[in-house]
Amino acid sequence: MTAAAVGRRGRRFGRDEFRDVLVRHRTVSILVGMSLVGFLLYFLPYVPPFSLFNFHQAWLNSFASAGVFVLLALGLNVVVGLAGLLDLGYAAFFAFGAYTYAYGASPFSGNHAPFLLMLFLGAVVAALFGLLLGAPTLRLRGDYLAIMTLGFGEIVPIVFLNTDEYTRGTNGIGGIYRPDLPILGPFGALDNFKYFVVMVFIITITMILLYRLQDSRIGRAWMAIREDELAAAANGINTVTTKLLAFAIGATTAGFAGVFNASKLTIVSPDQFLFAVSFTVLAMVVLGGMGNIWGVAVGAFVIALIQSTFLTQLNQFVSTFRGIPVLDILSRVNFIQYQFLLYGIALVLMMLFRPEGLFPSQRRRMELRVAEELDPEAEAKALEAAAASETVAGGGEPTDPVVVGAMGPPPGSDEDTARPYGDDRS
Amino acid sequence: MTDANLLDARRVTKRFGGLVAVNGIDFTIPERSIVSLIGPNGAGKTTFFNIIAGIYDPTAGAIRFRGRQMIARTHRAFLEPFLWVGPAAVMALVAAGAGLARAPVTAVVALGFVALLLLIVMLLGAVARPLWYRRLLVRAGIFRSSRPNDMVEAGLGRTFQNIRLFHNMTALENVLVGMHCRLKANWWDAMLSTPKDRAEEARAEIRARELLHLVGLRDRDGELAKNLPYGDQRRLEVARALGSDPALLLLDEPTAGMNPRETQEMMALINKLRTELGLTILLIEHDMKVVMGISDRVTVLDHGEKIAEGTPDEVRRNPRVVEAYLGAPAA
Repeated sequence: MTAAAVGRRGRRFGRDEFRDVLVRHRTVSILVGMSLVGFLLYFLPYVPPFSLFNFHQAWLNSFASAGVFVLLALGLNVVVGLAGLLDLGYAAFFAFGAYTYAYGASPFSGNHAPFLLMLFLGAVVAALFGLLLGAPTLRLRGDYLAIMTLGFGEIVPIVFLNTDEYTRGTNGIGGIYRPDLPILGPFGALDNFKYFVVMVFIITITMILLYRLQDSRIGRAWMAIREDELAAAANGINTVTTKLLAFAIGATTAGFAGVFNASKLTIVSPDQFLFAVSFTVLAMVVLGGMGNIWGVAVGAFVIALIQSTFLTQLNQFVSTFRGIPVLDILSRVNFIQYQFLLYGIALVLMMLFRPEGLFPSQRRRMELRVAEELDPEAEAKALEAAAASETVAGGGEPTDPVVVGAMGPPPGSDEDTARPYGDDRS
Repeated sequence: MTDANLLDARRVTKRFGGLVAVNGIDFTIPERSIVSLIGPNGAGKTTFFNIIAGIYDPTAGAIRFRGRQMIARTHRAFLEPFLWVGPAAVMALVAAGAGLARAPVTAVVALGFVALLLLIVMLLGAVARPLWYRRLLVRAGIFRSSRPNDMVEAGLGRTFQNIRLFHNMTALENVLVGMHCRLKANWWDAMLSTPKDRAEEARAEIRARELLHLVGLRDRDGELAKNLPYGDQRRLEVARALGSDPALLLLDEPTAGMNPRETQEMMALINKLRTELGLTILLIEHDMKVVMGISDRVTVLDHGEKIAEGTPDEVRRNPRVVEAYLGAPAA
C-alpha cells in the first residue's frame, strides 16, 4: 500500500509520510482498511492455495470464528498492552457475555431478546464483572495481580459448571436463537456470510473506539500507570478509576465477543471458557505486538486461523503419508493436540528474537530496540549539543536564546546571590 | 481563603514502626515564596515531602492547603461501612417487606437486584472515591486524608528525588500526562471524539509545548523521556509538574547530580517560575549554593525535628545547624 508514496519520495520518507496520514485520519483509515480486509477475505478463498483445502463457506465460517479471537485480543490488549495489568482470567468476561446471551435468547430461559439489545447487555454485564474483579486487585501489582485474575478465571467456569440448575452444567445451554438483524434478516445455520459481515462490522467499530481511547487523555493515563504508578498518582491521575476503566473496557470487548460467539455456536458450555482461552488470547496479544491495535488484531486473526483451519488441514495432509517409509511417523501425529506445544515454541522464539511482537507499535519498537541500538548515537548527539552550548554559553548563559531573555535575573546576579555561602566556607 | 499562607502544617508526625521519621513539625509556606527544607541525610525531609504530597498518611498532625484541611488523621471512619451497606440494607428491607406482603415474585427479585446494585455502586465508590462519594463523606462528617491525585487537583505539583519520568513516553506526552487532571474529557468523549474533546486536546498540546519551551526543552517534544540527557530529564519533570497548573511546587533535590552550569540554569528556572508564573516553591536541596541563593526562608530538619528556621543568613549562623552538619565542637 505504501508503494505509491515510496515511489515518489524515496523509501523512508514515503513511509513516514504515509504513517503520518494514517495517524491523522485514524478513523477513516480504519474504515478503509477494514472494508479492504473484508473484501479481500471474502475473495481470498477463491484463490488457489486457499480454494484447494476448504470450501468458501467453511472459510467464511472460520474467518468469523477467528474474529471472535480478534475481538478478545483487542480487549485484552487494553488491559495488558496499554495499562500493563497482566490479566490471566480474561476468558471469564467472555463467558459472562456468552451466558448473558444464552439467558436472553434461548428456549432454556424462555426469553427471546433481539440480538443487538443482547450485544449491548452482554457487554454491560461483562463490564460490571470487570469492575467487580478490578476493585479488589487494584492494590496488587505484577505477579500478584496475575495470580488473582487467574483465580477469577478459574472460578467463573467452575461456577457455571456446578450451578447446573441455572446453567445445565457440563451440557451447557443449547438451542440458542440466532440473530435476526434489520438489513441482513434472520440468520440460518449456513449463513456464514452474514456472521462474517457482522463480525467485520463489530471489529471495525471496536477498533475505531479503542484507537480513540488510546490517543486520548485516558490512553495516556493508562500508559503512565504502566510506566510508573506512583509517579502517575503524583501527577494527578486517579489510578483507581483509571485501572478500573481499563478492566471495564477490556471486559466490554470480551462481552461483545461472548455474545457473538454464543449466537454463532448456538450453545454455551463451561468448557468454552477454560484457562486455555485466556492463555491463547494472551499469546495472541504478545505475538501480535502488545500495545499495537492493528498488530494485535492481525496476530490474533492469523493464530486463530492456524488453530482452526491450518492444523486440521495439516492433519489431513500428513495422513496421506501413511505407508510411506519415513514419513509414516508424521501421519500419526495429531497436530491439534500439539497446538499448545507450538504456541510455546513460538512464544519462546518470539521472546528471543523479536520481543516486541510481529507487528510492534512504534512506541514498543523504540522501547525495545532503538534505545539500545541508538544509544551511542544519542550520546554522541548529547555530547555535541553540550559542546555547542558550552561555546555559546561562554558567559554562563543558558543554551536557549529565547529563554535567556525571559530568565529573570541575569546570569551575573545569580553568581552574586550564590556567593555568600561560598565566602562562608572559605 | 484569606490565609496568607499557602500551606500550613501543624505538628505533623510520622512513625514507621518504632522509627519517628518526622516529629511534630510546624511548618508554613507563605504565598509566592521560595522555602527550602534542608538537613543531613535521613533527617526526614523526603518523608515530610511525601506527607504533604499525600503519599504517606501522617501519624498525627494536620495540613491545611489553600485554606482547606487536606491531610490529617481520619475522622469518624467507623461510619463509613454504614455508608456502604446502608442503602443496600434499606432496599433489602423493602424487598423483604414486599415479600411478606405477598407481592409478585418478580418484583421482589427486582428489588433484591436493586439492593445488590446499590451495594456494588457504594463499594466501587469507596474504592474509586469519585466526587459524589467525597461529597457524601463530607455530609456524613467523615474525614479522610487526600490522596496524591487529590492534592494535585487542589494545586500541588511535585518532582522526585530520583527522576520518575514515564520513560517510554515522549517528552510531550509526559507533560500531557501532567495536565491530566485539568483536562475534562471522559472516556465517552474520547470514544465519540466529540468537538469538545478535540478542541481540548489541541489546546492541551499547545500548552504542553509552551511548558516545554518554558523549561528550555523546545525541539525535544518528540524524544522519548529516557533518551533525554540527565539535566533535561530534570527539566522535563518540572514541566510535567507544571502541567497541572500548581500553586505550590515541591521540588525534591532538583539539582542533584547536575554540573555547575546546569545548576545555574535550574536556579534561574526556579526563580523564573516564581516571577513569571507566580508559583510558590518548596525545595529540598543539598547544594547550599542553591539553597542560600534562592530561598526566602530555610527550615532545617535533623532527626525528624525542626531545629532552625529563618532567612538563609540566620540559619547559616545558627549554632545548632552547624552542629547538625559538622558535629558538635570538640571543646
